[in-house]
Amino acid sequence: MSNRARPLSPHLQVYRPQLTSVTSIAHRISGLFLCTAAVGVALALLALANGEAGYALARDWLGSTPGKILVLAWIAAWVYHFLNGIRHLVWDTGRALDLGTAERWGWVVILSTPVVTALIAWSIWS
Amino acid sequence: MSATLDRFRTPLKRVRGLGSAKGGVHHWWWQRVTAVALVPLSLWFWWFCAAHAGADAAQWRAAVGDPLSAVLLISLLVCLFHHGQLGVQVIVEDYVHVRWLELSLIVATKFLAFAGAVGGSLAVVRIALGA
Repeated sequence: MSNRARPLSPHLQVYRPQLTSVTSIAHRISGLFLCTAAVGVALALLALANGEAGYALARDWLGSTPGKILVLAWIAAWVYHFLNGIRHLVWDTGRALDLGTAERWGWVVILSTPVVTALIAWSIWS
Repeated sequence: MSATLDRFRTPLKRVRGLGSAKGGVHHWWWQRVTAVALVPLSLWFWWFCAAHAGADAAQWRAAVGDPLSAVLLISLLVCLFHHGQLGVQVIVEDYVHVRWLELSLIVATKFLAFAGAVGGSLAVVRIALGA
């Protein structure tokens, strides 16, 4: 095999967006974003451990409009990554890999993400 | 004996490209293990947040300090940060092609993830012990 300088990584520019590729890229982006949610959970717990003042700080910050938008984005990303992650775990067993099934479950993930997100958001803020 | 066996080994047994990460079964496996653990832990955490939304400081501390909740929260933190840093590592390996920068970002990610998991767990332990 010759050692031509080949591109190593997903070459995003040359592909026509497809449901399978878009859900895959969204999995990465949501995962990256969810790292900030992990930091947020750790910081909220540290604030709570710091007594009333820490609790008040976390409550005011998370209760503000930008805070609520951030929490809603965290929930949406977490739900999407969760549902699409299950799709990935099924693929890892060698099942559901044909294009039709992959796309069908992709749609299931896309359509159920807003529903589950709304359900969680409603149970937190109602 | 080994000379005989070598006749049946094609050059393909030596991985040539190696890919951008230069290895990875261990990495791949632990990404799946933490993913599987995070399925029930995420569901529990969503319920936990929804159940205690709007609670005051004392109620939250009682909820977090409950032994079962404390164990689940620490498990969540460890799996979340471990899973997250494994994922970030793959993204860095795929898109950062300057070796020193790639390595620095990966090491920095691991340090931050470790700090997050330990810091968050310490907070849970402090609350659980009433400190």
